[in-house]
Amino acid sequence: MTFLFSFFSLDHCGSRLGTKTMLGRSLREVSAALKQGQITPTELCQKCLSLIKKTKFLNAYITVSEEVALKQAEESERRYKKGHSLGNLDGIPVAIKDNFSTSGIKTTCASNMLKDYIPPYNATVVQKLLDQGAILMGKTNLDEFAMGSGSTDGAFGPVKNPWSYSKQHKAKRKEKPHAESEDPDWLIAGGSSGGSAAAVSAFTCFAALGSDTGGSTRNPAAHCGVVGFKPSYGLVSRHGLIPLVNSMDVPGILTRCVDDAAIVLGVLAGHDPKDSTTVQDPFKPFTLPTLTDVSKLRVGIPKEYLVPELSREVQSLWSKAADLFESEGAKVIEVSLPHTSYSIVCYHVLCTAEVASNMARFDGLEYGHRCNIDLSTEAMYAATRREGFNDVVRGRILSGNYFLLKENYENYFVKAQKVRRLIANDFVNVFNSGVDVLLTPTTLGEAVPYKEFIKEDNRTRSAQDDIFTQAANMAGLPAVSVPVALSNQGLPVGLQLIGPAFSDQQLLTVARWFEKQIHFPVIQLQEIMDDFSSVSENEKLPSISLKQ
Amino acid sequence: MAALMLRFCCAGRRWTLSCVDGAFRQGRGPLTGSMSSRIRGQRSVAQHSFTTAQKLKKGEREWAAVVGLEIHAQISSNSKLFSGSQVHFAAPPNSLVSFFDASLPGTLPVLNRRCVEAAVMTGLALNCHINKKSLFDRKHYFYADLPAGYQITQQRLPIAVNGSLAYGVCIRSQHSQVANKTVRIKQIQLEQDSGKSLHDDLRAQTLIDLNRAGVGLLEVVLEPDMSCGEEAAMAVRELQLILQALGTSQANMADYEIQRQINELESGGEILNETRSFDYKLGCTVSMRDKEGKQDYRFMPEPNLPPLLLFDSESLPAGADPQQVINIDQLREHLPELPSQTREKLMLQYGLRPEYSFTLLNEVGLLEFFHNVMKDTKAKPHTVTNWVLNRFLGSLKQHSLAVSESPVTPSALAELLDLLDGRAISSSAAKQVFQLLWRSPGKTPAQIVSEQKLELLQDREALEQLCRATLEGHAHVVMDLKKGNPRAINKLIGLVCKAALNRADPTLIKEILERQLSS
Repeated sequence: MTFLFSFFSLDHCGSRLGTKTMLGRSLREVSAALKQGQITPTELCQKCLSLIKKTKFLNAYITVSEEVALKQAEESERRYKKGHSLGNLDGIPVAIKDNFSTSGIKTTCASNMLKDYIPPYNATVVQKLLDQGAILMGKTNLDEFAMGSGSTDGAFGPVKNPWSYSKQHKAKRKEKPHAESEDPDWLIAGGSSGGSAAAVSAFTCFAALGSDTGGSTRNPAAHCGVVGFKPSYGLVSRHGLIPLVNSMDVPGILTRCVDDAAIVLGVLAGHDPKDSTTVQDPFKPFTLPTLTDVSKLRVGIPKEYLVPELSREVQSLWSKAADLFESEGAKVIEVSLPHTSYSIVCYHVLCTAEVASNMARFDGLEYGHRCNIDLSTEAMYAATRREGFNDVVRGRILSGNYFLLKENYENYFVKAQKVRRLIANDFVNVFNSGVDVLLTPTTLGEAVPYKEFIKEDNRTRSAQDDIFTQAANMAGLPAVSVPVALSNQGLPVGLQLIGPAFSDQQLLTVARWFEKQIHFPVIQLQEIMDDFSSVSENEKLPSISLKQ
Repeated sequence: MAALMLRFCCAGRRWTLSCVDGAFRQGRGPLTGSMSSRIRGQRSVAQHSFTTAQKLKKGEREWAAVVGLEIHAQISSNSKLFSGSQVHFAAPPNSLVSFFDASLPGTLPVLNRRCVEAAVMTGLALNCHINKKSLFDRKHYFYADLPAGYQITQQRLPIAVNGSLAYGVCIRSQHSQVANKTVRIKQIQLEQDSGKSLHDDLRAQTLIDLNRAGVGLLEVVLEPDMSCGEEAAMAVRELQLILQALGTSQANMADYEIQRQINELESGGEILNETRSFDYKLGCTVSMRDKEGKQDYRFMPEPNLPPLLLFDSESLPAGADPQQVINIDQLREHLPELPSQTREKLMLQYGLRPEYSFTLLNEVGLLEFFHNVMKDTKAKPHTVTNWVLNRFLGSLKQHSLAVSESPVTPSALAELLDLLDGRAISSSAAKQVFQLLWRSPGKTPAQIVSEQKLELLQDREALEQLCRATLEGHAHVVMDLKKGNPRAINKLIGLVCKAALNRADPTLIKEILERQLSS
């Protein structure tokens, strides 16, 4: 097969955008603009705030921390004036998934249980961003307690995928032309970090934090056409991340290009005395080297990932990507991860068990929602939890407690742990055999319309959608979803690269090389962002041409 | 630091009964030998489950009781097991609560090195095998003062296992003899304490104080090798002494909790014969069968704590940061003197009888008092022991006082014993002085002796005269003596001393009497 990606003269991380297109820039570019005084932090912040307001209908943000953001921007501006900028992130608008604790700012987990909860402390990753001068724009929407793959099951409503409103999608949408004026058949953003992915995709911030337990960062990244990076387990602190599955959760990074993800990782990574599961080895922030020669690279294609449910389009893009690596000199080999098919059921047991445990603290006593019933402590617990949690959360608590019962523990939890070990060993074996990186799809297909998505329940959806992403969490491996092309529907498709544990830098280096080869197009949203000039500039670019 | 920060309690006494002929069994099967028979599994709920089986012996019912114990000792540490909150007794409610202690979402446990060292030292002192790798688990149950809905403990792989505790029990039939006993230690585990619920029945509300939530506990599980409450009480006392000697737990005797538990142990044995749990909060025993049947703690590995790894000098990784590793061998080298060693030394150094060495250690502060007296007096160890264990301890008991509350200081007693030893006063005068010292602590023994004119009479002639008068006045005793009753001389000595108002030296009197009788 020949390499069929079309090449463009620049990608969205390129440097040809003019000063008017500030929001369309990459983090590194806008950081340079701030340093050169082309824009002030306050101006940048205000632009983002105004775009957040314009794109409110996306429901990407649960809380917009406008006042805090403007104050931080002012402080940043003072630093720039004095020439004391704190670094690449100083003055950069970022968004945080609403399951990271933010001191003084509501942290809801998109749950009624925490709808008025204001943490008294910052998650370590949040603190690190703030310490670097980043501007916190707000808290982004998610599935309740990050349990979901669509960002449709939160107490504050679903997140809408910005690509639903893109020129690219509209042009290709098979739909009656008149229906769109009312409420177009909008697409899900993916999840559970759908708010963060949508926020980055719609240019309302330059980077966002997600969390990734089974694919929650990579899945929405793929659906929203952004980069979604899940670092190695233990590289980035979980302190302050409200847990889903402690043994799999990792703070995720969503950016518009791989280089930006590396910058953010450089700030976030490293041992945290408050998280005993972070590795002790000192972490040095890195600049991604420019890879010019991939001839020594060995790319593994796990054959078990070629599942019947995989859409033809994604499959075709996957194989083209493999061809790309091969044509550039890399060695592409088929590999086997034999226990892949057990991943979903194994994840289900481990996830629900930890959920049952982690959710036990929400009893209405110390914080969070408390019902009005005061007949007895037990009655209060029961009503509080019934009112506070949605069906998905309650369902997982119920099954988790079932798996943890003394009589079931050996048969479910212990077995699932053993299977998890087998799955992790699959990866170890593949990487020990000389493979540097695995190339897989991120999702089965492109984002689907909300109306379609909700035809299946949360559990079915999560099981289907996590299929390619979950195993990396079981094994604690770094993985990144890179947007590669638009589908026939004009919607983004992402592919995933998985590396050995703590090979994050190498993985991102390869991802960056890959990204440079494929030139994913910029989302065209000018109709809803009329003063967003970068869009009109990019409009002149040819849209991606895929020959299938 | 010396405050009573320590609660030390034995929650979960287990009485397991072996049914000898198996013909008749009172159905409490599921509980027999159950190690974790507590409903809540933390120190404040002291639940004593009794499982009894009955043995029919020639038509007569006999009960064979076996006592096992789970003892929770609060670790002496400045901060809690998994958070940086301070540990203080009697601090204002909820003033020592970190975000982790209140289980704020997103907070994570960070293991306190001091607590691990305390557990290792305790394990070493109790002859345990120290597990170089141990694990933490979550034990789930809903309770208002357990904010996370689970307690972090060590269920699967505790830090120390398979030890033993030697202790002594007084044999009642042979007065003041000590029998040596041993109880096996099943395991020692690290775990968190819960908070405290304060029930306000009047307003039908419960107030929660989380100061104690997350404080480190050592749970020491004793195998059911003890056969009665007294044995259990003595084993607990020995353990308490060990913990105090190690400094790993203050386990203060004055603490009402341990006292209550020991009383309970000492008196409870014969009374309770069904499966019951003692609810500390309700202050009474409740049947625990129902709850036990339903309670499932849904144990799960604690995912936020990596396995706890310990090293010895051999396995210590080269170049390891000493702050990050714990060396078992190093802790072993620095173990302080343990109570058994202290007793051994006392017996060797002073020729003390074993039971005296037990008493000296078992009474809080008594050993220190003894040493302080020894330091200041020329009197013989034998004399000092007699005085400290009989007169002094007896007076304390009579007045229900602790050693620290004694009106007689060690130096006063030392001075008194010096007067006695130097034959400045008689021993009965010494007893008198002691009583006066007790009543008027401000005075020195010398002052009292001089005020009360208790010095020994030095006037030889006057003594000779007293003796002569006594012999004359008690001719029948003299007759008795001459008939061959050797004890009659003591009676005569006593009569002379009494006549001398206890101011005569009995040795001297004896000498005079003997001379007068033979002349």
